[in-house]
Amino acid sequence: MMTTMVYSKSKALTDAELHYCPGCTHGVIHKLVAEVLVELNVLGKSIGVIPVGCAALAYKYFNCDVHQAAHGRAPAVATGIKRVRPEEVVFTYQGDGDLASIGTAEIIHAAHRGEKITTIFVNNGIYGMTGGQMAPTTLIGQKSTTSPLGRTEEHSGKPLKVAEMLATIDGAKFVERVSVHNPAAVRKAKKAIRKAFECQLSGKGFGIVEVLSTCPTNWGVTPVDGLKWLEEKMIPYYPLKNFRNTEEEEA
Amino acid sequence: MNKVLMKGNEAVCEAAIRAGCRYFFGYPITPQNEIPEYMSKVMPENGGVFLQAESEVAAINMVYGAVGAGGRVMTSSSSPGMSLKQEGISYIAGAELPCVIVNMMRGGPGLGSIQPGQADYFQSTRGGGNGDYRHIVYAPASIQEMVDLTMEAFDIADLYRIPVLVLGDGMIGQMMEAVEFKSIKPIELPDKDWITDGTKEIRQPRIINSLYLDPDELYAHNLRLEKKHALIESREVRFETQGLENAEVVCVAYGTTSRVVKNAIEELEAEGIKVGIIRPITLWPFPDKAFDEISDTTKALLTVEMSMGQMIDDVKIASKGRWPVHFYGKSGGLVPTPTGVKESVKKIMGGK
Repeated sequence: MMTTMVYSKSKALTDAELHYCPGCTHGVIHKLVAEVLVELNVLGKSIGVIPVGCAALAYKYFNCDVHQAAHGRAPAVATGIKRVRPEEVVFTYQGDGDLASIGTAEIIHAAHRGEKITTIFVNNGIYGMTGGQMAPTTLIGQKSTTSPLGRTEEHSGKPLKVAEMLATIDGAKFVERVSVHNPAAVRKAKKAIRKAFECQLSGKGFGIVEVLSTCPTNWGVTPVDGLKWLEEKMIPYYPLKNFRNTEEEEA
Repeated sequence: MNKVLMKGNEAVCEAAIRAGCRYFFGYPITPQNEIPEYMSKVMPENGGVFLQAESEVAAINMVYGAVGAGGRVMTSSSSPGMSLKQEGISYIAGAELPCVIVNMMRGGPGLGSIQPGQADYFQSTRGGGNGDYRHIVYAPASIQEMVDLTMEAFDIADLYRIPVLVLGDGMIGQMMEAVEFKSIKPIELPDKDWITDGTKEIRQPRIINSLYLDPDELYAHNLRLEKKHALIESREVRFETQGLENAEVVCVAYGTTSRVVKNAIEELEAEGIKVGIIRPITLWPFPDKAFDEISDTTKALLTVEMSMGQMIDDVKIASKGRWPVHFYGKSGGLVPTPTGVKESVKKIMGGK
């Protein structure tokens, strides 16, 4: 009997067992980043910067050189790496507590300087690792352990739209929001991640992909309901679209 | 080589460049602004990178990234900015990375003043950020000494994979003195087989990290750091002593304050009062062994600082209760005076 290999784990991922909760989409996003690094043939010259948050252990998963950064500081750490090694491919992988709360200064100024790095921003609207506290991205009415009655605009403001905000900065040359709640969305997400890395490779400037992601554990739903919740609740507030693509604007 | 007249803040940059430093990340703060200004000019001229960060927090994290990627890197700040850098210094120490940091101290706490101060002694010598760590602290008393120590600091940082802090103050940063840039003795350094320069898919990934979730692993890491600290304590202590023999009182002072004390000692000697000095050059590791050189006939120690008294704790530890330890200091941007030192010595000798 003939057997044909139709799918295998990307060589950009190690054999370490992922620690993510059931139904969490971090694993899918890791896979997409890994596949893009291989497809662009840059794995051997990639240096990743890992955040504090659920992905804090991702240095065990990406099969490339990695720095573990302090909370929110990944873009500054990546800046230091890229300035020493401009020929290498440098990316940050950050969650919404890391990037949209404690690390706003670092992400804005990395974009503002037009650092030639790529940021994968995983937005699941909650602090996952610390146990489900409210994030800047938590939706109005959404319950969390620090907004037990649901977030209100009066008390905490409206959720922060990072992609829209960064798209106002000239140095950000590629900005897109994607999702991974179904196979079609996953395919689009991969395309965007690839373009964000290509933006770095062409020396254009800073590229970021905001990926809407699930947190069934802290949302208090099943994995399947988590995907549905993302689609029905998050996407209407966080529209999936490209906000900046200098490559296409120039073409 | 001829001597050149240079401002402290600029001389420290020149020393760094000559020591092979090619990356500088910083943020403006008085009284050290000439450092980023000078670096912004000379770094590109020397094929290096100067980058003005959005904050001291970002600057030190850029350092963390840049040294991990294999660069020879420096940052600088002054007291309030150093508080912000402590997060990154803790990570750099935790990940065992080398870098050189300059602090031109000013008065505190809080925004304090922009005048010289020595009130960051605790922060500098106790591991100013979170966790069990120390880093080397050089306390130069002249611009020449700052230049010499800074040129060595990069190799020492590489040798032990530890941050080295060059601790000056607003006075040493702002004043001008004649300096000579001597070539440094090269020391044998281990290969940097830990830097992130891409696996080329021919080697295992390298990870720059300070996270150890397994308690046994973190404890093992802490023990490893402790062993390194002990090695540094046994090999890297530096100090200067003067006139300890038959001294009635021994002063302890570092940095610019030691120069004030030396003036006072000369004047006291003319009056027939014999006073010695211990000048720590490394504040960590602290020169405990210098105190073994003090005579048993010495009546007391006098710690002189440009603060309300911080090094005095280390003086008490190092002197092991053998002598009473007195303090004279000024702060807030005021500098201890030779007259103040002399009065303190006479008061001690008067038994009051």
